[in-house]
Amino acid sequence: MEMLQIDFFLFIEKLLLIGGIITFSLVIAMYTTYAERKVAAVIQDRLGPNRAGPFGLLQPLADGLKLFFKEDIIPLSSNKLLFVIGPALAMTTAMLTSAVIPWGSSISVFGRDVSLQIADVNIGILYVFGVVSLGVYGIMIGGWSSNNKFSLIAAVRGASQIISYELAMGLSLIALLMLTESLSMKTIVEQQMSGAWGGFLGWNILYQPLGFLIFLICVFAECNRTPFDLPEAENELNFGYHQEYSSMKLGFYLFAEYVNMFISSAVVSTLFFGGYDIPFVNEVALAESWGGNIVALLGFAALLAKISFFLFLFMWVRWTIPRFRYDQLMDLGWKKLIPLALANMLITAVIILWLNK
Amino acid sequence: MASLTNRSKVLEQTPLSFVERLYLPSILKGMAITFGHIFKKKVTISYPEVKRPFSPVFRGLHVLNRDEEGRENCTACGLCAVACPAEAITMEAAERQKNEEHLYREEKYAAKYEINMLRCIFCGLCEEACPKDAIYMSETFAPSNFTRQGFIYSKGELLIPNPVTDKEKYDDARGKREAQLKNKN
Repeated sequence: MEMLQIDFFLFIEKLLLIGGIITFSLVIAMYTTYAERKVAAVIQDRLGPNRAGPFGLLQPLADGLKLFFKEDIIPLSSNKLLFVIGPALAMTTAMLTSAVIPWGSSISVFGRDVSLQIADVNIGILYVFGVVSLGVYGIMIGGWSSNNKFSLIAAVRGASQIISYELAMGLSLIALLMLTESLSMKTIVEQQMSGAWGGFLGWNILYQPLGFLIFLICVFAECNRTPFDLPEAENELNFGYHQEYSSMKLGFYLFAEYVNMFISSAVVSTLFFGGYDIPFVNEVALAESWGGNIVALLGFAALLAKISFFLFLFMWVRWTIPRFRYDQLMDLGWKKLIPLALANMLITAVIILWLNK
Repeated sequence: MASLTNRSKVLEQTPLSFVERLYLPSILKGMAITFGHIFKKKVTISYPEVKRPFSPVFRGLHVLNRDEEGRENCTACGLCAVACPAEAITMEAAERQKNEEHLYREEKYAAKYEINMLRCIFCGLCEEACPKDAIYMSETFAPSNFTRQGFIYSKGELLIPNPVTDKEKYDDARGKREAQLKNKN
């Protein structure tokens, strides 16, 4: 009977954590839309939304409500089942990645050690890649089932773009994995935390600057953000792959983009910027004097600060750089980034071999 | 090919250097520029709270004037209606009765005076045409309305408040422009 015993507390604990993280990333995504509009405004010397609530803080709520009250149209000539599945898939895949990201070290609640990571899978990075590839289906199915040529072209563009950039992304990460020798996100963070200067010298960005650059560019492409927002190029494709969508189905697509941004920022921070590591602070020593829970929460705050910076970077770049032409996009992906990532991989391998000799 | 004029310039197009082809330095430069804009002064005017100052010659909503005793200036001569290029002004004249001397300055007055603000182009020709200083343009603009009918302003809406009984509102309607002019002189 020992075998059948399930740790119900673990079950509840994980359920709460999943609920918490999903709610959290949705709220963050909600306010990222607000932040995007504010950042766009201040960069263009405007004020941005400031009517709904103090500083316009209720604006995302108003936007969401508006989308809910819109008429939900399913075009007659569309494939109805796939038309509904498309946005759902986009949203689901956007949320799924959050499972393997270590949001903090562990906190102790009622004598239990609760890890702030939903699942410490030993193939964490592979899981991220798998789910990100699934994200293409959201775009592809949505675009195809709309039965609209603009949507279809946008979807094909999106799919080919994401697949092309995934190669360079994977190759740039292989160099990182050679250093870490682990695919588990938690292990990668802990390795970075053990570096000198309170973990700062352990950050992978210092060892893989080129890999980081390639990875970052690819993340921009994967999220369909400017300068790689070709699937949504208004001047060529009207509205892109969600042309026929309305109401909350459209909302799901738009929202999935922001959830994707949030999760990608979390992945970048985790892989290259030490995750929940507070720079220049020795967490272990601090935990002894302040208590583990506070330090864990501080670490979570540090991760959030890093994520916020990357979210800002996403917007900052969006309002700076114009969109690529399609052939330029493919050129950059296949002829520049992939060879560069390969070279980076080779150099890393040679240096590792040379140092270990 | 020989050029048709001697003003043509030969464009020098050198191939991009390696740093230029990297594209990153220019991206960073651009990002520095956009970041700088975050701290620049915002050009937005938060409208209902903050109002943009109008130019001293701003031509706004029409006002039908009264003299110091509160009598209407308009004699319904129709010059403004003739001058109006948009044909926005309609009026009907009537004769002043014995006991109405305190209401109208001259023997004839406008019984009906309407301006269609949707037709009006706010050119100010009516103001210039008026020999009696009866119509002039104020410093406000026509507020929005839900119906077209609502934009046809009748005499009641156009008339300035009575300076004898309602001095404060009268001064308000005359606007700041006059006060500014007085201060200058």
